[in-house]
Amino acid sequence: MVSPGQRQRHLDLGTGGGRGCEGASSGAVCLCLCRCPRPCGGGRVSPTELCTRCLEQVKRTGFLNAFVTVTEEQALRQASEAERRFLEGRSLTASPLTHRDRSPPPGKPRGPLDGIPFSVKDNFCTENIETTCASHMLKGYFPPYTATVVQKLLDQGAVLIGKTNLDEFAMGAGSTDGVFGPVRNPWSYSAQYRERPGVDPRSDWVITGGSSGGSAAAVASLGSFLALGSDSGGSTRNPGALCGLVALKPTYGLLSRHGLIPLVNSMDVPGILVRSADDAATALGVLRGLDVRDSTTIPPPAAPPHLPDDIDIARIRVGIPKEYHAPGLSAETLCQWGRVADLLERGGASVEQVSLPHTQHSIVCYHVLCTAEVASNMARFDGLQYGHRSEVNDSTEALYAATCHEGFNDVVRRRILAGNYFLLKRNYERYFMKAQKVRRLIAQDFARVFRDGVDVLLTPTTLGDAVRYCDFIQEDNRTRSAQEDVFTQPVNMAGLPAVTVPTALSSRGLPISLQLIGRASHDWQLLGVAKWLEQRLEFPAIQLPQDVSQAEREAGVPGRVRTSVL
Amino acid sequence: MWELRDVGVSPCSAADKEKVAEATTAPLDGLPIQTLSLFLCVCVCFTRASPQLVGVVGLEIHAQIYASTKLFSSSQVCFSSPPNSSVSFFDAALPGTLPVLNRRCVEAAVMTGLALGCTINKRSLFDRKHYFYADLPAGYQITQQRLPIAVGGRLSYSHLVGRKRNQVVDKNVRIKQIQLEQDSGKSLHDSYRSQTLIDLNRAGVGLMELVLEPDMSCGEEAAAAVRELQLILQALGTCQGNMSEGQLRVDANVSVHRPGEPLGVRTEVKNINSARFLARAIVPQLSPLTRLAIVFSQECFFTDYELQRQMAVVEGGGTVLNETRAFDFKSGQTVPMRDKEGLQDYRFMPEPNLPPLILYERETVPAHTDPRQVVLVDQLQEQLPELPRVTRDRLVTTYGILPEHSFTLVNEDGLVDYFVGVVQQTRAEPKKVIGWVLNDLLGLLKQQCLTVSQSPVSPNALAELLDLLEAGSISSPAAKLVLQELWKGSGKSAKQIVEEQGLGLMRDRSEIQQVCRRVIDSHPDEVSALRAGNKNVLNKLIGQVRKQTKGRADPQLVRAILEEELSRPPFHGETT
Repeated sequence: MVSPGQRQRHLDLGTGGGRGCEGASSGAVCLCLCRCPRPCGGGRVSPTELCTRCLEQVKRTGFLNAFVTVTEEQALRQASEAERRFLEGRSLTASPLTHRDRSPPPGKPRGPLDGIPFSVKDNFCTENIETTCASHMLKGYFPPYTATVVQKLLDQGAVLIGKTNLDEFAMGAGSTDGVFGPVRNPWSYSAQYRERPGVDPRSDWVITGGSSGGSAAAVASLGSFLALGSDSGGSTRNPGALCGLVALKPTYGLLSRHGLIPLVNSMDVPGILVRSADDAATALGVLRGLDVRDSTTIPPPAAPPHLPDDIDIARIRVGIPKEYHAPGLSAETLCQWGRVADLLERGGASVEQVSLPHTQHSIVCYHVLCTAEVASNMARFDGLQYGHRSEVNDSTEALYAATCHEGFNDVVRRRILAGNYFLLKRNYERYFMKAQKVRRLIAQDFARVFRDGVDVLLTPTTLGDAVRYCDFIQEDNRTRSAQEDVFTQPVNMAGLPAVTVPTALSSRGLPISLQLIGRASHDWQLLGVAKWLEQRLEFPAIQLPQDVSQAEREAGVPGRVRTSVL
Repeated sequence: MWELRDVGVSPCSAADKEKVAEATTAPLDGLPIQTLSLFLCVCVCFTRASPQLVGVVGLEIHAQIYASTKLFSSSQVCFSSPPNSSVSFFDAALPGTLPVLNRRCVEAAVMTGLALGCTINKRSLFDRKHYFYADLPAGYQITQQRLPIAVGGRLSYSHLVGRKRNQVVDKNVRIKQIQLEQDSGKSLHDSYRSQTLIDLNRAGVGLMELVLEPDMSCGEEAAAAVRELQLILQALGTCQGNMSEGQLRVDANVSVHRPGEPLGVRTEVKNINSARFLARAIVPQLSPLTRLAIVFSQECFFTDYELQRQMAVVEGGGTVLNETRAFDFKSGQTVPMRDKEGLQDYRFMPEPNLPPLILYERETVPAHTDPRQVVLVDQLQEQLPELPRVTRDRLVTTYGILPEHSFTLVNEDGLVDYFVGVVQQTRAEPKKVIGWVLNDLLGLLKQQCLTVSQSPVSPNALAELLDLLEAGSISSPAAKLVLQELWKGSGKSAKQIVEEQGLGLMRDRSEIQQVCRRVIDSHPDEVSALRAGNKNVLNKLIGQVRKQTKGRADPQLVRAILEEELSRPPFHGETT
């Protein structure tokens, strides 16, 4: 049973403690708490209006290149269905709703996400909606089924706005290496960034981070309330951090991977990109659970329906892993790290330095394991059943070779080559086996710290704030991935939950975020601490210009928004 | 030294397996072991050609698991469904799909392991084996390379030797391991249009790969081992063992060495099942029995060819190369396979989408585990059916039949039950029953290519017939006539047939005497010859009496009367 009061809290999605309102200096978009649809009446914004506004915002910010496909027609249809449920639900307020109510009869709102616009990274399969992985290989691929996590959101009545841009097959840390071009960080066009001296909006736009950059940009630019990303080495947290979002990488196995086109199966998890810890908890509550189609899913732990408002962190032990004080860490991020540690200590938590001695080896091992699984996973893209098929058909082998060469970008091809090299019989023990052993040591590092009583670890998410695109592309993808994933991928190696929380704007006016790492299956505890911080950090909302089209003109790029053929 | 090779479905053999499954139609179940043995004689002779060198044969056998759905998906397993009609998203390797292990396949592998005395690994792992081939849509096969589900068993088999094929020789072959793995799809090459068509119905069907150590010395032993394994799998119900549908596929590793010396370099003879091509090509002129024999002795045939080849190489001072060879039907030789698959690096990797496969016993199941999610080894152990070897021993000790007869009974699907059914319902001795079952009934079945279950004569009917014989109501030749009548399936009982056709035994001595006299009178030449000392002619006269009495007279009595009549003075008849 859920009381009406609780039900109201379920609908806090997209509120970020009121940030949405303050940030909505744009007259066109105001997506905030007070306007969310409510099942019990009193909602000031109907699902259709909410959807329309999101779609308008997506179009207005098309120059960000956040979306690969916008599913406008379907979104409006879903929104009107949600609206019908809300209207009919007003006369049916007596019956309570629960999360378990998978397919309630029409005429009742389905839960906290009913009517809420969301976006999905374009590496989750969506039935009859093009799913490209931002690769030439899958252009024109319309999967015949929908990923479990996407289906769960649809079942809840959430409204799919579109599929978001990414690095090709999620291989990258900038969202710059997809076939549809780079994603622009919405903060590049915020008052906070642009109104600083010396910023040239035409050339000084910053990257979103990656690989789920499109999802992060969609939520940060107020085009969606929630977006799904994927996180294999930091691909959800990294863009979440650079775009000033709350981004959760859940415990491995808590969310089904069925329908997520894999990068590194043993590390991939669907990620949640939202604007507040409460929203993350709501989404996690809906998305978690065993899936018969994914043998690696785990029974979900008992979890509260929502995070409490008055969180007590007095009994929380916070570990500061000294190895995360890495070369290249920006002074501002280090400063935030100290600030937040102090904040926690003052709040009554015990803060202590801990050691995760094998961290330094993690990124190298991640590279070996990642490329090995990539080499294996990419073997199916031979052009026979689906996807791009080369015209070269002298022989089956020639067809394979030409298909892969034409279908994949350099980054993907290099990883395939490296991975196959590591898996060769003569190299297997030296590279793959050794990397697996070190992976175990890394996991044991975490296990030991948590066994010693530490509840959460506080670390930076990225080395610094978002870099300019023109600077980012000075280094190759491999180098950038190694730099950008340094704080995030050890968590994937160990399968632990981690959430990134924006703490402040840098001197450049760009978000700086910190990461909280928790025990396996303690995702809600982690989000509780994140919410406690959120309440005290007062991270500012993004201030997008009144006239976004001005920004578009200045950006000098035509918006690349495609509409689904549905 | 001998080691587990990277075999399984390789590009080249996959294509060949295809053609085989498409091409063959010969029914294989129920090959009489005598026929097989006779055929195998030839092979034994030529392996003994070189006394110094002995052959060493190991086998890798792929057995398709008898299950309604595939190993990692819920698509149906059906041999003859239209192309690509039984393909799930996972089978087609659509991106984002994940494997979900079929519990039935796990149980089948555990049961097979237990029946072969293997150690069941309570924790086993799945691996990916990579190679590019059009009928392997994911670009890798999921198998169990590192830690298979069962290891270290033993297959006991027997084969019959001696001039009469009636000496039973018991042999053992060690089983290295049993691993679960996926089958590949099928490629159909259309050389006319130079295109390849892919059928994924078979892609992902569960296989057990059984690795048999090189404990066999010739093709005959290999064939006997495979036959015994086939019987065991069929008894367990874990594999239907129908080779014509590719449910059982055999690769052989063959080498030669001098006893006491290390094993020689081995070659892998693939393509063995394609021997059925051979069978098909030459069979139409042959009787069904011979056809079966040829099909069945394929391991033997190939293996022994390859042994001979290697012996010739070694004795000629040459070196045997480590290579994969296939049988070339045109030349009747094994030839190196053109593909460089011997050099292929399969880039094995742990399958990340499947957690370790954990098996339990009743005692060790963790609390609150969903019973549908666990496989209990001890429970499966208790459910094991009687295995063929035990059945044979039981038949010999219980019914006093000859060991070689027990082989025939067990080899034929349903024949043991049939035999026991007859024995239980008749007063006739099992030793008599076995002759009727193996010679008369089985002969008729084979003549018409019928299985035991299709027999028009039920155990009940045969038992009644044998009771009449036992009671002395009919003679043995008359009984055979009755069986012929029963076979027509008129629905009449043996007793009715005897009565209607007047086949009852002639009890009146004078009546038989009259017939004998008529025969003597009408065969003066034979009688003269007899009197001149040619005793053999008596049989001819007995035959004449049998003919005239429709076999109703007791042959012993007929002989006595004839002898008695003939011992009287000549021209006796004329004087009366």
